[in-house]
Amino acid sequence: MKFLEKIVHKHEPKFAKGGKLEKWNPIFESFTTLAFTPALTTKKGSHIRDGVDLKRTMMMVILALVPCLLFGIYNTGHYELVAEMGDRSLPYLDQFWSKVGAGALVVLPLVVVSYGVGLTVEFIFGVIKGHALHEGFLVSGMLIPLVMPADVPLWMVAVATIFAVVIGKEIFGGTGMNIVNVALTARAFLFFAYPTKMSGDFVWMAGEEKAVDGFTGSTAMGDLATFTSEKMTVAGTEVVGQTGEAAMELFNNSYSMFDSFVGMIPGSVGETSVIACLLGAALLLFTGVGSLRIILSFGIGGFVTGLLMNAIGSNPYMDLPAAHHLLIGGFAFGAVFMATDPVTAAQTATGKILYGFFGGMVAILIRVLNPAYPEGVMLAILFMNVMAPIIDHYVVQANVKRRLKRLKTA
Amino acid sequence: MSEDVKKTKEPSEPLFSKKNKKLVTDPLTDNNPITIQVLGICSALAITVQVEQGVVMSAAVLFVLIFGNVIISLLRNLIPSRIRIIVQLVVVASLVIIVDQLLAAFLPDVSEKLSVFVGLIITNCIIMGRFEAFAMANKPWPSFMDALGNSFGYAWILILVSIIRELFGSGSLYGFPIFGSALPGEEWGIYTMGYMNNNMMILPPMALIIVGIIIWIQRSRNKALIEEH
Repeated sequence: MKFLEKIVHKHEPKFAKGGKLEKWNPIFESFTTLAFTPALTTKKGSHIRDGVDLKRTMMMVILALVPCLLFGIYNTGHYELVAEMGDRSLPYLDQFWSKVGAGALVVLPLVVVSYGVGLTVEFIFGVIKGHALHEGFLVSGMLIPLVMPADVPLWMVAVATIFAVVIGKEIFGGTGMNIVNVALTARAFLFFAYPTKMSGDFVWMAGEEKAVDGFTGSTAMGDLATFTSEKMTVAGTEVVGQTGEAAMELFNNSYSMFDSFVGMIPGSVGETSVIACLLGAALLLFTGVGSLRIILSFGIGGFVTGLLMNAIGSNPYMDLPAAHHLLIGGFAFGAVFMATDPVTAAQTATGKILYGFFGGMVAILIRVLNPAYPEGVMLAILFMNVMAPIIDHYVVQANVKRRLKRLKTA
Repeated sequence: MSEDVKKTKEPSEPLFSKKNKKLVTDPLTDNNPITIQVLGICSALAITVQVEQGVVMSAAVLFVLIFGNVIISLLRNLIPSRIRIIVQLVVVASLVIIVDQLLAAFLPDVSEKLSVFVGLIITNCIIMGRFEAFAMANKPWPSFMDALGNSFGYAWILILVSIIRELFGSGSLYGFPIFGSALPGEEWGIYTMGYMNNNMMILPPMALIIVGIIIWIQRSRNKALIEEH
């Protein structure tokens, strides 16, 4: 460390104001503050509550994402092997290390591309605008690979990352200014730009060329979307007799509540395991980074809407148990890591509850009522991101009104 | 009354005086109808999927705006100000009908693709805006220059957006394949390497984003364009 410090101090004057390399100060500073505490101190009076800063907050979220990442690697590896063998009955825990290896080969390049491209864009903007590299991308860079289907081509991830960072964030003024979640912007971009790769109903785990007979790589969400149509399929096989009960039984065999809870189902890299999401949620709540209000109300909103759908029950999809809705697709992942994004979520306490509740509700509504979008969580959260300022506005106005009333009566 | 005052006040100036030239150059950049005045956005979003449509649309607007501006300018002292909007509408509508019929006769397939948007030139804010803001108060020659400038200002944005959208959305330019072909079974070009057309480019929101990026670049180059809040 001493050695490093010497180097840093030696080169510091060059980057300072008026130095030869002044222009590159943002990059210099970003690298040095990775290793050392910045020498900046508050110039006016300080109000210290906690030593937490943006970097530490971000690190907490990344730590919370580790269970999802690890499980995602294993799950991806599992379905890579399943796809290679064309055998869905492969026991989940067999060939542990070869699955880890296969998964890592798929997932780690996604992580590297996402970070590499995103940080490069941030550096460029940092140099142009003359500010230090913002830490905001540290979390987005980890979230992006986790919401991608495993077979997405790397260049698409790169394009989506550039789009998300530039259009989702820099255009509004950088970290902390964005109105929509950056990682979800990347996913939404791919969803609309390359729908054949992202539609979420099939080939999630295997590239087409790898799909051996009998393995279509369909996901729970894709199968459920067929339940509203004439031709119901589950895991690549047509439902015998096309009756609702048969479809539900086959669905429960393929994606039982337990499997969905643990995460042993096909899906985007990091989203399948509810356990991993809950572990992450526990860390976020313990450190105060995530908002319990949003996570809980998101879940309740989804559950209530699920019950409502059960009550209507006009097609087999509507009969899916409400609790099962919370376990499949990206619901848990979205509720814990996406909806709680402190920048784009509602800021007021009541606003957070409304924001979460409607988010969960819209997610299930899109899922069930619009078969063109098998997974509604992404669109629901983006929608609520846009609505959050309005929610906050009315919450604040209501408070103002309430207190005005009190003033008048007194 | 006002005519007499004007005649004595305005000395005849050369056809390509600095002021007249500015009428053409200003709308190209610093007073662009689309990016600065944000007029005529709807057509810019709707018909920029292919370059051909962009070019034809630009030509149509060029025709309507130049003739309209000159006609309104010639009539400006005869139009009672209370019914001027109706008179302006009649002029645009007749010109648009001519364009629409010409397109239908000579370029039927483009005309089909542009569908209602040729007819909607009538409501294009740029045209009515120029009539109201310029032709009603200026002589025919400056009005002609103004129309030229504004329609080219409209055209270059339209064509730029449609180049970007066609290139990345369909992999071609003016109908010629640039990136190869994506037809299943007979792929060639970079599609064989796994490249895919960007579907979002075909959707209107992407046109909005591209126009937004152009505005962004324009404003960061010329700080005077940024509004104070």
